[in-house]
Amino acid sequence: MLSQRRIDSRQRVQIDRIFHALGDATRRAIVERLSEGPVSVSALAEPLAITLAAVVQHLQVLEKSGLVRSEKTGRVRTCRIEASGLTVAERWIADRRSLWEKRFDHLGKLLAEQD
Amino acid sequence: MKERSATHATFTIERSYPSAPQRVFAAFSDPAKKRRWFAEGEEFEVNSFTMDFRVGGVERSSFRVQGMECVNNTFYTDIVPDRRIVIAYTMTLGGKRISSSQATVELLPAEKGTDLVFTEQAAFFEGADGPQMRQEGWTKLLESLAREMAS
Repeated sequence: MLSQRRIDSRQRVQIDRIFHALGDATRRAIVERLSEGPVSVSALAEPLAITLAAVVQHLQVLEKSGLVRSEKTGRVRTCRIEASGLTVAERWIADRRSLWEKRFDHLGKLLAEQD
Repeated sequence: MKERSATHATFTIERSYPSAPQRVFAAFSDPAKKRRWFAEGEEFEVNSFTMDFRVGGVERSSFRVQGMECVNNTFYTDIVPDRRIVIAYTMTLGGKRISSSQATVELLPAEKGTDLVFTEQAAFFEGADGPQMRQEGWTKLLESLAREMAS
């Protein structure tokens, strides 16, 4: 039935990640800042008065949730809001990527067994 | 703008393994080893796996995933022992070809073993958003969540 929305386990994980990401005031501040435009990691840290390492940790949580994406050009890492999962291309990549990630996980286990 | 018949995507995956590049390469070049990590797993049922590891060689694997048959046809375009493997491969789902990709595996020697960089450059076609993906997008999910919380 079209009216029933079945949420599968991967989506549940993603929902959990988004809530976890947004459940922190500093991370919400980062997302608000980024919604105005892309910002470098060091520029993000400044007004928050926390260490660069702390910002990097927050960004990892945000990136894992799909809300934020970052790119390194030379020595500068720039972050931007990511409309992840909203387009077919993004969803297709996520699906394909996760298939390969599972394979590489298995590869890791196989290599470890043989040591 | 006319409607396109192919959408293009590129993504990379990086991993580090505490094994020498030769060992990691062997896991790609030896069919018995490759099958174990590539074709076998809890998420899918392997129907067949054949492999001819050489430039110009073909590899074919078929699985059952999400209730449909998925076939990978792979052609090896470049092999540099212990360093690089490049393939061109297509994927069909339920008998319909959904994508054609180039995938590059680079094995970089690292202090603690090997850094693996996997890059896929894909063209995907109509129907590539298989049954699982033909579900509501995130905006709709979050919108309905927001409505629930507001009520």
